[in-house]
Amino acid sequence: MEYVIEMRDIRKEFPGIVANDNITLQVQKGEIHALLGENGAGKSTLMNVLFGLYQPEKGEIRVRGKKVEITDPNIANKLGIGMVHQHFMLVENFTVTENIVLGQEPRRRAQVDIKSAAKKVEEISRQYGLRVDPYARIEDISVGMQQRVEILKTLYRGADILIFDEPTAVLTPQEIKELIQIMKRLIAEGKSIILITHKLKEIMEVCHRCTVIRRGKGIGTVDVADTNREELASMMVGRDVSFTTKKEKGNPQQEVLEIKNLVVKDSRGIPAVKGLDLTVRFGEIIGIAGVDGNGQTELIEAITGLRNAESGEIHLNGKEITNLKPRKVTESGLGHIPQDRHKHGLVLDFSIGENMVLQTYYQEPYSKYKQIKAPEIFKKANQLIDQFDVRTPSVHTEARALSGGNQQKAIIAREVDRSPDLLIAAQPTRGLDVGAIEFIHSKLIEERDANKAILLLSFELDEIMNVSDRIAVIYEGKIIAIVNPKEVTEQDLGLLMAGSKRTGKEEN
Amino acid sequence: MRLQQILFKLSVPVIAVALGLLVGGIIMMSSGYDAFYAYSSLFSVIFTDPYYIGETVRQMSPLIMSGLAVAFAFRTGLFNIGVEGQLLVGWLASVYMGITVEGVPAFIHVPLAILAAAAAGALWGVVPGYLKARFRVHEVITTIMMNYIALHVTNSIIRNHMLAPGERTEDIQSSASLSSLFLQEITDYSRLHYGIIVAILAAVLMWYLLWKTTTGYELRAVGFNQHASNYAGINVSKNIILSMCISGGFAGVAGAMEGLGTYQYMTINAAFSGVGFDGIAVALLGANSAIGIILAAGLFGGLKIGALNMQAMAQVPPELITIVIALIIFFVASSYLVHWLRNRINKRGKI
Ligand SMILES: Nc1ncnc2c1ncn2[C@@H]1O[C@H](COP(=O)(O)OP(=O)(O)OP(=O)(O)O)[C@@H](O)[C@H]1O
Ligand SMILES: [Mg+2]
Repeated sequence: MEYVIEMRDIRKEFPGIVANDNITLQVQKGEIHALLGENGAGKSTLMNVLFGLYQPEKGEIRVRGKKVEITDPNIANKLGIGMVHQHFMLVENFTVTENIVLGQEPRRRAQVDIKSAAKKVEEISRQYGLRVDPYARIEDISVGMQQRVEILKTLYRGADILIFDEPTAVLTPQEIKELIQIMKRLIAEGKSIILITHKLKEIMEVCHRCTVIRRGKGIGTVDVADTNREELASMMVGRDVSFTTKKEKGNPQQEVLEIKNLVVKDSRGIPAVKGLDLTVRFGEIIGIAGVDGNGQTELIEAITGLRNAESGEIHLNGKEITNLKPRKVTESGLGHIPQDRHKHGLVLDFSIGENMVLQTYYQEPYSKYKQIKAPEIFKKANQLIDQFDVRTPSVHTEARALSGGNQQKAIIAREVDRSPDLLIAAQPTRGLDVGAIEFIHSKLIEERDANKAILLLSFELDEIMNVSDRIAVIYEGKIIAIVNPKEVTEQDLGLLMAGSKRTGKEEN
Repeated sequence: MRLQQILFKLSVPVIAVALGLLVGGIIMMSSGYDAFYAYSSLFSVIFTDPYYIGETVRQMSPLIMSGLAVAFAFRTGLFNIGVEGQLLVGWLASVYMGITVEGVPAFIHVPLAILAAAAAGALWGVVPGYLKARFRVHEVITTIMMNYIALHVTNSIIRNHMLAPGERTEDIQSSASLSSLFLQEITDYSRLHYGIIVAILAAVLMWYLLWKTTTGYELRAVGFNQHASNYAGINVSKNIILSMCISGGFAGVAGAMEGLGTYQYMTINAAFSGVGFDGIAVALLGANSAIGIILAAGLFGGLKIGALNMQAMAQVPPELITIVIALIIFFVASSYLVHWLRNRINKRGKI
């Protein structure tokens, strides 16, 4: 059997850590090959080695049977390898077409021939069903479309071996379905795909084989047809993982958050939240379910003070916090796990230790008389790293150098540890492995049982159904229904999210 | 591990300096000069001759101050191109205080004049900072404009209110002076003055402020990621203004080095002094760190002073040293190239 890609005994070290410890990966032509492993197991690193971004200390790579040295991404491109990164690499204020052809622009008399480029882009996008608007600017399009641009970029360069690093983590369920169709079309055209994902369901649905790595070491490769979710999960974590979250019935108390008739405009100045009412009580988890773009982001930004409300009132702990500055809101008892970890959640160039006190650095014991107390900060950071299993060589490591999932765990650790009266968790488990998700969910429930309130925003219906005590359905900027997760089916919830009037029984 | 990281950080500036000197030498040779003789006459005096050592150290103080100014703003993500203008107003303010305040002892007069310089520079920095924070006007544009305003305003004030014979102000009172007969004597009567102590204290202050205080934490956070800073409750606008204010203050003190130290007066300037722009080079080579800036200022100061001897001995025009400095900056700026080279060497070294 000849492999299109064969990576043998790859070893890659970073200061203080062996990210890849003699890993072997063999990909057959025309298959979708899953790469599975915990956060920080070394998946992205291995793929960056294949794409020429990192040089391995040891090991050999064969492409279509021929031994190759991939010293930079241009060589990978020439070998027909394309990669869609975990965090996109697009020029924000360029158009879709400009981004796709960047570096390989068709020219006419020393000028970039943008028309014929756009035509070629349209051609490829039609061939694989990758809908994009060739003339739109990246900053104006959705994450899903940005991802299609990344895929088109690789196809434009003639890639027939595609690496997808956690493509579905940032997508809505609808977009995930589309991506799966696209991947199927790609292999039907004879391309091969390496897919990194933490969602075992996706592996079971589209992948042919799956290679599992754990803490930098290869554990083995299995045929997906011969295995199941549970087996994959225990292979990767090294223990059994439960997929449903255990929780007792909650004991909700008085109100902590009260929102009345809230109106918030989006960045373009169009109202996105249109007269929304919502109440959250101590001791409960409220899940917000809705299709992306129905005002969720604006709602959260308005509560947390990152965006001004046009009208309406927000009360936290009986105190009005409408349009207060973020610091004031935080000090009134709010915690916030933001949706976009790189934009809001972390200062990537700070050490992980410094990031752990991003909300508290000005308080004792982390500083006194405006003087930073570094030992206290690092003590706290070390404690959180242990408690939340954030895998990092040390507290001094730059946040940038952590794997995506471990960055996320660091943010969650910081926010949960402060034990705020109300914790807003926006897609908290995005990019986390199944073990970490289980842990985070139990942490959220622990907080609830300690009589704190949690407002959970997620596009994963599983998560919403499993963790919430009540589900608030948001549609076109309003809460149109509050349902009990035990009394609603996923189908009904889906219908509600699409805006259909509810028929089931009312809860409280 | 730690040692390795330090070496890693040092490699870019060191390689850049070596390449700059090398290419500068090639240019000398191709223009018919003896590069070896030129460099040896340059370096021998700045390490052995007391006069040249004194002059080098004197040259360092304003370079350190303006380097600190550029670096401090840069840590908050701002390009302060206005150090030159802030330096000029600082210079004038220190000289004004030095002339007008009478009958106070030196230990009050000197700090007073330096603080006046800092305040004037800070004011000159706050304006672009405010415009940036409030109206999002890019600071590069406004600081450059403020440079011209400073040049003409200081000239006009001197001409109309402080003029002494020779297109300059009077000398400052001796109680405001940083100059020291002792330092001059031990350095063969160079113009060395106590300003270097002020400069080193300022470098320590910058390091302390940035790394040991909550203010520094906030400034650096804003420099790296404004969105996350805002999320963390840090007032981004306030920190932008504060950063420009402190940066301008450092630049103003650079002016005091000239006014209270080297010259003891201020002239009407036909053009910019250039020290403010050299600060950009110093900060770049010094990687925006306090210790790096002191070292870089030492190198540039030494090259500039040594160039005079190079001219005397090897008849090489001192402009060639300006080219060498430009080359060094060029190589630092293209550190990508240097990184690449170093990777190549590493790889071959390993196999
Ligand atoms: N540039 C880097 N410098 C230092 N360490 C790094 C760097 N990139 C990755 N690491 C470390 O290597 C290990 C593997 O990281 P990698 O990003 O490959 O994990 P991953 O399997 O992709 O995880 P995730 O699922 O969270 O994305 C981590 O411990 C990480 O801290
Ligand atoms: Mg990864």
